[in-house]
Amino acid sequence: MHDKTLALTARALQAGEISSVELTNRCLERIRRFDESLNAFITVTGDRALEQAAAADRRIAAGDATALTGIPIAHKDIFCTAGIRTSCGSRMLDNFISPYDATVVERLSRAGAVMLGKTNMDEFAMGSSNETSFYGAVHNPWDRDKVPGGSSGGSAAAVAARLVPAATGTDTGGSIRQPAALAGVTGLKPTYGRVSRYGMVAFASSLDQAGTLTQTAEDAALLLEAMAGCDSRDSTSLDEPVPDYSRAIGEPLEGLTIGVPENFFDDGLDAGNAAALTEALGELERLGAKLKSIRLDNVHLSVPAYYVVAPAEASSNLSRFDGVRYGYRSPEAMAGDLNAFYRRNRGEGFGAEVKRRILIGAWVLSTGYYDAYYLQAQKVRQLISGDFARAFEDVDIVAGPTTPTPAFGIGQKTGDPVQMYLNDIYTIGANLAGLPAMSVPCGFSGALPVGLQLIGPHLSEARLLQTAHHFQRETDWHARVPPGYGENP
Amino acid sequence: MSLDSTDIDKLCELARLAIPADEVADVSAKLSDIVALVDQLKAADTAEVEPMAHPLDRSQRLRVDSATEDVDRELYQDNAPAVERGLYLVPKVID
Repeated sequence: MHDKTLALTARALQAGEISSVELTNRCLERIRRFDESLNAFITVTGDRALEQAAAADRRIAAGDATALTGIPIAHKDIFCTAGIRTSCGSRMLDNFISPYDATVVERLSRAGAVMLGKTNMDEFAMGSSNETSFYGAVHNPWDRDKVPGGSSGGSAAAVAARLVPAATGTDTGGSIRQPAALAGVTGLKPTYGRVSRYGMVAFASSLDQAGTLTQTAEDAALLLEAMAGCDSRDSTSLDEPVPDYSRAIGEPLEGLTIGVPENFFDDGLDAGNAAALTEALGELERLGAKLKSIRLDNVHLSVPAYYVVAPAEASSNLSRFDGVRYGYRSPEAMAGDLNAFYRRNRGEGFGAEVKRRILIGAWVLSTGYYDAYYLQAQKVRQLISGDFARAFEDVDIVAGPTTPTPAFGIGQKTGDPVQMYLNDIYTIGANLAGLPAMSVPCGFSGALPVGLQLIGPHLSEARLLQTAHHFQRETDWHARVPPGYGENP
Repeated sequence: MSLDSTDIDKLCELARLAIPADEVADVSAKLSDIVALVDQLKAADTAEVEPMAHPLDRSQRLRVDSATEDVDRELYQDNAPAVERGLYLVPKVID
């Protein structure tokens, strides 16, 4: 049962073949057995999960269930959960008990999903390897000496190792898609504003978006239906109806035109990844899609533009962490003046990568540099967005790599931030342009999974999920379980 | 362009961050690498380009100007490092 998809598990629950309490116990048992070697969870909420599961079983018995009632899930520890620690992977929030639920948490809970716990992540979602977490690195279940990707690395590893059927994540520059690719799971980053950001600890507010990590596109469709929609508490959430994604994914693919950016397949792409991707694109063609070569001319500027815009917004967002109302306070904080108090609390509470980004953000926003960097980055963002808009005049979606290489070694890139940033070369464009995008398992480079990225126009989630669903009906890459994680419980 | 220790001091002051003296050299080297990366933006021709305000070119909704949330001070102050009589404690700011 543990290796079943969310959709199959839901059917088993509705048919009475298994109860939510049994299912939840099995997941908790798997977490106990495997998580010591993965470090995918920061907090496991076993007792509360069993209470929710019992309530879900009563709801199913009463005939009042949704598709998600009784399904165990995990939340990235960036989503506020009432009464439960929400650490954001940081010492700064190690002792923070959220007084309220994020909208994502509230909606999934209302649908009857059972929360197993909070997953590990890069500190404040700043990282591409899950190595900046205050709680230690997450290990990739395909090779525990390798990173699972980041920043939603705990969610990706937990789903890949079949500790939980599905998990939430957030994606500011690739933080759902990149770990999905490196851990061999399906990751969906919806359109900017599709899912409410209320209660999601803010990193870069014009880029952040919540999404899903699942085994399949069908599972992502079920979760997104429950998560998406306008929220009066997030004025940037889109006031657009939520389609029936589960129905849409079954519609035929015929007539679909897929743009393949030729400059995504350059020397920077690992040969094993390139081979798997070429094979996957051939499979999409066999399914009835037409491939068309395109160019995204400004994509090489996406990493530089991102590392101005995201740190600028982060330096502003993270100014709220001062050690006054909540969060870390240095034991020596009261010894000096107020300025020294802030500097100590923040200096000790934040890790090295977060501090670097705050400082870069302060620099690009400071007098004399604002126009040259921040304003220029927002103009380049427009150029990148324009490249996609032009491409979508001719093609329905864009397909290419999610990452340049498969998972790399733990510690391999931590000494060189710029090398780490370049992991996000293919994913950042979708964030800068606010587009929905997915990563779908499409093969292996050596023994490590490879992700196929699909990017669509605004609000085309149904199209992306449909493409991925058809691909997954013909391939079994998404159903592969890392060696050693296949057995029960 | 690169950032030296004077720049780092100024940025730490702006961002209210303390960085130990023995880490300043490493921070300035790494930030200089990041600056070299973002300097690539200067080569882009953006003379006729409007800076992006919103990825979907939308503006934010307005809502009715009325109080919708209750503030539970005790609950919120459960997370505070130090409070007294409902007030947050910080170092003395007025002599």
